[in-house]
Amino acid sequence: MAVYKRTYVAYEGAYTPQWSRFLVLPRVSYKALFQTRFLLLFLMACFFYPLGAIGYVYIANNLSFLETLRIPTGNIFKVDPGTFLTFCWFQGALAYTLTAFVGPTLISPDLTNNALPLYFCRPFSRLEYLFGKASVLMILLSFITWVPGLVVWAVQASLAGWDWTKGNWWIAASLVGGLMLWVAFLSLIALTISAWVKWRVAAGALLLGVFLGGAGLGSAVNQIMRTEYGSLLNLTQVIYTIWSQLFGIVPDPGITVGEAWTALGVISAVCVFLLSRKVRAFEVVK
Amino acid sequence: MNPVETAADVPNPPAFNTGTGAPVITLDGLSVKLGNREILRDLRCKLSGRTIGLLGPNGAGKSTLIQTLLGFCPPTAGTASILGYDIRAEARALKSMIGYMPENDSFVANMTAVAFVRMMGELSGLPSEAALERAHEVLFYVGLGEARYRDLGTYSLGMKQLAKLAQALVHGPRLVILDEPTNGLDPPARQRMLRLIKEMRETGKMNLVVCSHLLRDVEETCEEVLILKQGRIVHYSNLEAERAANKRFVEIETLGDDSGFAEGLTAKGCECVPVGPGRLKMVVPLEFDMKEIYRLAAARDLQVRRLNFRRDTLEDIFLKAMASEHTMPISNVTEMPAKVTAP
Repeated sequence: MAVYKRTYVAYEGAYTPQWSRFLVLPRVSYKALFQTRFLLLFLMACFFYPLGAIGYVYIANNLSFLETLRIPTGNIFKVDPGTFLTFCWFQGALAYTLTAFVGPTLISPDLTNNALPLYFCRPFSRLEYLFGKASVLMILLSFITWVPGLVVWAVQASLAGWDWTKGNWWIAASLVGGLMLWVAFLSLIALTISAWVKWRVAAGALLLGVFLGGAGLGSAVNQIMRTEYGSLLNLTQVIYTIWSQLFGIVPDPGITVGEAWTALGVISAVCVFLLSRKVRAFEVVK
Repeated sequence: MNPVETAADVPNPPAFNTGTGAPVITLDGLSVKLGNREILRDLRCKLSGRTIGLLGPNGAGKSTLIQTLLGFCPPTAGTASILGYDIRAEARALKSMIGYMPENDSFVANMTAVAFVRMMGELSGLPSEAALERAHEVLFYVGLGEARYRDLGTYSLGMKQLAKLAQALVHGPRLVILDEPTNGLDPPARQRMLRLIKEMRETGKMNLVVCSHLLRDVEETCEEVLILKQGRIVHYSNLEAERAANKRFVEIETLGDDSGFAEGLTAKGCECVPVGPGRLKMVVPLEFDMKEIYRLAAARDLQVRRLNFRRDTLEDIFLKAMASEHTMPISNVTEMPAKVTAP
């Protein structure tokens, strides 16, 4: 139907496969997000540390180069699981900052003006909607966390040789698994806050508060109650404990690995419950 | 995103229902509870008009019925089908054939109309380019062509209604459900919306369900009407049939001695009921020549002061239905209609 013919004509063309339709949501979101200069600059800044890490790995595998320059190397340059744990820590923090910026724009614009019925009256389920919205963050965060992490590991593997690769493939698995867990967890929390707090600034502040406030509250609980269980409220410590386990490093004293996994599971379950309460085609007013 | 289904896989749209074809909506003992409150109770009917009106006072259950048909509220008992598809078992296939224009504001404020309608088209399964093309077309069709690059948040209420209509049409649905389409519109905007609804009906490419509490809107646009009250069907009316039937009801007011006048009309095949001095109500046969009334009156030296074709308006029908304490007798729900193939 041409535009000048202003009469209704039914659609008789082809349809896209059902599985691919959730990808419409990230594409639409990115179109709006990448119009923000801050986001572009921040994303560029997120690659400084991985670039530095690649340089570090290169130097660690070419110490003779430093020795020719008569620079003492000592035991400074070494690539071990701790190197990758530090990478996770640094890039994880950047991922968290990016989540605070992007997260509030995910669901709240749809809820503010009651757009959800228009999504769900189509062959598009709540699960697909949530997966589509979560993938906005998950794709973005993946590009600044485990993808560059894997590149750093690949550079180390190519420089250190087959023996190192064979003995340390588990580091790559831990890196990808640990950071994917963090990305999924951040996405879930961001979705939940975005669904319940419509005002973007407040949602961003709450997202920061969940982590920073949680750490403070946990510390206060530990002090007042003379216990270590307050650390379960410190989500950064929870994830660090899990990462430490994945990289085979003894975690900081405080909470055990089992407790950290339990805390992560409970918080995720609460988020899923809250999302299921809010992301609906209509609300029942009691 | 490459489509894997080819145009050949996509079925032809079904012929529209003329009122005598397969039912568009079949309700079979449908009941819905929200919380502890029963909102819809044992609804049974078959609707097959091109344009179906859903009427009822506030709180009658109109919107809940629509939400149930769309799969938003699970039925607590019974079932329903649209175009032959069960609303529970075949919800996904069904939703690809339905366009829905909700009653309340529904939009994403910081999106342009064309981006929003395109996104909705893509979520319905249209490939990206086709969705963009259709978004432009459908926005022109509803009259938002010049404003299609404006953010929806800047639209007036009437424009938002049109944008909601556009997103309901973008994927070429076979059934369009319009929930209070003229809500909050000024008279010109209301006329425009009604004209669009009539145009859509006349295309014959889709069936429409118009839910409203504005009787004139429903009367202007609909062929069939279902009236709900307190979650029950209190009246079903085929407006087209009633309009035709009502043409045969005549009221006459005469001046003078009318003795023998009624008998004369009865002899000509009319059914007459005197309703007062000089006043008659009668049902005239289809082939009856109205000039006979004047001939009989002239023969008796009677003055015919008034002759009206009495026609029940929808308002009469609605008020009668509201006054009635009885629910509509449950009609026999016969065999399920033949399915329309979903895309």
